[in-house]
Amino acid sequence: MTTYLLKRLAIALATLVLASMVVFAVLEVLPGDPARLMLGMNASADQVELLRNQMGLNAPLVLRYLRWVGGLFSLDFGRSYTYSVPVIDLVRERLAVSLPLALIALALSTIIAIPVGLFSASRRGRAGDTVAMGAAQLGVAVPNFWFALMLIYVFAVWLRLVPAGGFPGWGAGVWPALKSLLLPAVALALPQAAILARVTRSALIEVLNEDYIRTARAKGLPYRAVLWRHALRNAMIPVLTILGLQFAFLLAGTIIIENVFYLPGLGRLVFQAITQRDLIVVESVVMLLVAAVIAVNLIVDLSYAVVDPRLRSRQ
Amino acid sequence: MTLHIDIPEETLSDILAKAFRNSAFVAGFVITLLILAMAIASYAWTPYDVTRLVISDKTQAPSLAHWFGTDHFGRDILSMVMVGARNSIAVALVAVGIGMGVGVPVGAFAAARGGLVDEALMRVNDLVFAFPALLSAIMITAIFGPGAVNAIIAIGIFNIPVFARVARAGALAIWPREFILAARAAGKSSTQITVEHVLPNIATLLLVQGTIQFALGILAEAGLSYLGLGAQPPMPSWGRMLFDAQTRMVVAPWMAIFPGMAIVVTVLGLNLLGDGIADILDPKSRRQR
Repeated sequence: MTTYLLKRLAIALATLVLASMVVFAVLEVLPGDPARLMLGMNASADQVELLRNQMGLNAPLVLRYLRWVGGLFSLDFGRSYTYSVPVIDLVRERLAVSLPLALIALALSTIIAIPVGLFSASRRGRAGDTVAMGAAQLGVAVPNFWFALMLIYVFAVWLRLVPAGGFPGWGAGVWPALKSLLLPAVALALPQAAILARVTRSALIEVLNEDYIRTARAKGLPYRAVLWRHALRNAMIPVLTILGLQFAFLLAGTIIIENVFYLPGLGRLVFQAITQRDLIVVESVVMLLVAAVIAVNLIVDLSYAVVDPRLRSRQ
Repeated sequence: MTLHIDIPEETLSDILAKAFRNSAFVAGFVITLLILAMAIASYAWTPYDVTRLVISDKTQAPSLAHWFGTDHFGRDILSMVMVGARNSIAVALVAVGIGMGVGVPVGAFAAARGGLVDEALMRVNDLVFAFPALLSAIMITAIFGPGAVNAIIAIGIFNIPVFARVARAGALAIWPREFILAARAAGKSSTQITVEHVLPNIATLLLVQGTIQFALGILAEAGLSYLGLGAQPPMPSWGRMLFDAQTRMVVAPWMAIFPGMAIVVTVLGLNLLGDGIADILDPKSRRQR
């Protein structure tokens, strides 16, 4: 068990280091000179050269990479070229939108998917199962940004219950802010919930065929208790794996969804930064997202041991 | 090339008979065929010319003359949906081709070699999986510029590790089997064994994954072109149509409804087809997502 944990940790760290090199290398080949971009087209070559020196852009590649990584560790991400503010401030401000959005979406999709999966698995082959899985099949096929447009049409344009887009900021009060995150969160959650419900169902069906389920039933435990206490717990590993993978999808999904709803979040920030060639922002945010994905998958791996005591005892 | 099928007593006609009794397969097959037919038909005929702008006809609601209505330039939405199908299918299909073409040999090679080679290739896979695919696709199109070809590359790259993983897992399950041992005893090299015995046995697995990636590719292409990074105007694409529709939702909701439905139906058809094939050829198989 300990060696397993150590191996997983080492792999996660190695992946992180390699990912940082890839991000750095990719942005090196991106066209566009940041110094030229900051000074505008009218600046002379000398001025640009001076600024390049000041920004440390003329230092050797390896040195620049090490400086960047060192900066990441001390939370000094550099300054944005286009916003002229420290990147860390931008990220902090945008995370206040994106993180709640992703968490609400994740919570929503789990709250929907697990009961639907349980319902379907316990009614396998019957009408309820067919309807639920048909809906899930449809949910997987719906692009989240189109679903978002339809939600806007129904709930914002037609019923006028929620704003069609924009974000008032947490300063405007918790409820108005939450209200503007509601539709985006639902749009993000639906396709995820559909996938998760299917995985939960098939994992449960696999478990329900096991001998110990028959034993539990034979000793007189009610079906509901068997389902929740024995089956669900044993089916958790594939479900957790998918939840971990979905986190990456969710982060990427925010890029499009934040664009649909004009939310000032991390996804919109990185998308704008890419189109504006604000490389410092792009590398910092991409690195942050990649680190988040690696961390979540590591946590998922470690949580197997919590869910499944058999893994823990294998010392 | 000899084909090894798990259940030798099952003939082709048995499989076909099973296929026609599988409702997911039939529905998926019919839908996919219809969408393909629509895309092919658009080369020969569309109700209206998609490049002709008729401003006097702009944002008309669906009618007998324009079944799906018209857009803000007076273009016929049905014609645009038909032509847009070409773009979606071409991008997703070629991206699957790239993923299979590179991923399957890599995965099969990793499984055949094992040891350090396998470990190294799988770590590279982990690395690619650490990048949210859409984010990287955006970066790739930002480097090389927006366009259908670059969208194909961006989506294709992320299909590679998926197929590598599926091919490796499938191949690892085949390698310990007796007929492989027999082939080895006959003096065949590991490359020969991979080509002649392993690949035919994991073909179903790859076909099912292929339909899943095809469907995901359609969704990814729609997302990229919605962000303006896919096919460029005047070439109609479903994602781009949705972008144009967004600011006109109040006056012309049909501009958003029909391209979106086209995406949903296409993806649904492909997913049903994949489910059906998996069911028919191996009832025990569960789709891995």
